[in-house]
Amino acid sequence: MSANLAAFLYLVSGVLFIQALRGLSSPETARRGNVYGMAGMAIAILTTLFSIRIEFGSLVMILGGLALGGTVGAVIARRIAMTAMPQLVAAFHSLVGLAAVFVAAAALYAPEAFGINNADGSLHMQSLIELSLGVFIGAVTFSGSVIAFAKLNGNMSGKPIMLPMRHVINLALVGGAVVLVFMLIGTHGVGASAQSLFWILTLVALVFGVLLIIPIGGADMPVVVSMLNSYSGWAAAALGFTLENTALLITGALVGSSGAILSYIMCKGMNRSFISVIMGGFGETAAAAEDDGIERTVKRGAAEDAAFIMKNAGKVIIVPGYGMAVAQAQHALKEMANLLKEEGVEVKYAIHPVAGRMPGHMNVLLAEADVPYDDVFELEDINSEFGSADVAFVIGANDVTNPAAEDDPSSPIYGMPVLKVWEAGTVMFIKRSLGAGYAGIENPLFFRDNTMMLLMDAKKMVEEINKAL
Amino acid sequence: MLAIASAVTVDPFVFRLAIFTLACFVGYFVVWSVTPALHTPLMAVTNAISSVIIVGALIAASAHAFMGSDAEVKAAFGMTRLFGFVAITLASVNIFGGFLVTQRMLAMYKKKG
Repeated sequence: MSANLAAFLYLVSGVLFIQALRGLSSPETARRGNVYGMAGMAIAILTTLFSIRIEFGSLVMILGGLALGGTVGAVIARRIAMTAMPQLVAAFHSLVGLAAVFVAAAALYAPEAFGINNADGSLHMQSLIELSLGVFIGAVTFSGSVIAFAKLNGNMSGKPIMLPMRHVINLALVGGAVVLVFMLIGTHGVGASAQSLFWILTLVALVFGVLLIIPIGGADMPVVVSMLNSYSGWAAAALGFTLENTALLITGALVGSSGAILSYIMCKGMNRSFISVIMGGFGETAAAAEDDGIERTVKRGAAEDAAFIMKNAGKVIIVPGYGMAVAQAQHALKEMANLLKEEGVEVKYAIHPVAGRMPGHMNVLLAEADVPYDDVFELEDINSEFGSADVAFVIGANDVTNPAAEDDPSSPIYGMPVLKVWEAGTVMFIKRSLGAGYAGIENPLFFRDNTMMLLMDAKKMVEEINKAL
Repeated sequence: MLAIASAVTVDPFVFRLAIFTLACFVGYFVVWSVTPALHTPLMAVTNAISSVIIVGALIAASAHAFMGSDAEVKAAFGMTRLFGFVAITLASVNIFGGFLVTQRMLAMYKKKG
């Protein structure tokens, strides 16, 4: 295949990837978009295979790698529980990062294969910088995603880990990385010294990635996942420059901006700056500030009471949160909504942008439980409706309904957009205990007269309500 | 002749930078138009497509040194093929896993009725 034809086909595959994202503007077009994405990937792979000379041994490796990875991927995709999506996405990010590291290593070890070497076998300064960027971002994505995975999967506590002097350490690591890149340029990419510098740089980036994620607490995970998504894109783009490949460049730019926009949306949903999320530690210092010694009473309710009130309501708005995902309560919840609808009650769902552990987490779980997506509303579309609702049914959410965000300037979440559940006739909270939310802030709603606390595992409670209905 | 050519032609890097910059803008507008309900599938599919990095891995896995190269170069190419194989495997997990899990998720989004 001629180089020009190959370049043209890579462009086609880049355009198909744009179409894949374009399709996601609505659920109807999304499925076709995904097919475009697959077609784009097939074109990119086939174009590469037809433009290089492959010896038999290499062909075995290529097909073996595709078959091995493809099987593992397909099995995971089929088996994974929808509640485990955040950790799956984190795991996938780590693989992109690691693949980027190995591709960068390959470009350094055998630049001739990629056609990026000078006549004497050395590398341009420009290629070395692009390659260093690629490996640095790739390694940060890898180790950062591994930590994010461990936190999301519960292998590691979600609590922020604050090392002393961590800002100094991080600055030193970045400074060290810059020095290493200069030294790498000094070697012109030739010989064992270039290779060892490359791996030291990788190591520095790996440590940096770990230190970047450990101080970030559980509630900030939606930002972390989006941010790592963005990094995986920038790593791909940097290597797109090195390998002079249009498909890689376009994809890297798309994924990079996609992750950046999602990070922005998540930060806005929490009213926090990106910098303060990265600096980490949210949810540790804020705790225990609220304990003013006043004994306050809460009204506890039973499933029968909740069922009775909702059955006689005209309109119920359900507010799901991370607790629903943990308890796997989405199917029971959908059944409850069906039972209520049979009684003539209007049922809607309200989703806060940062509910759950990743962007859109709640929407996927509700979709899994067969909740039609036109019953599910975003914060800005439904917030005015709580006033006309008889019941706000909050299941496994807390901070995103805290009125302190609106009326208590001393609250750490002051200014965060929240769902105004307190405007509904009755607010029901399903929680396992009266503990504070992930941000470590007490919710004054728990103590109000029109609040009913349903203290039990979310799934069990909803099932009991269903029985009572 | 060569000197003249390099004086009048633009460095191809500039073209790549142009593609990259414009693609960032395309990404910006396309992603803002994605409905928030589909943000999780968006992440899964961006995961899958960023694994197009496999093109680099394929080239690496098929790298072969010229005849008569010295042992050091041959060893480096051997390592390169190994890196390529590892990267192909990792990227394939993502490509197949990412597209299939996206497909599975999107199949669940249904309209009322």
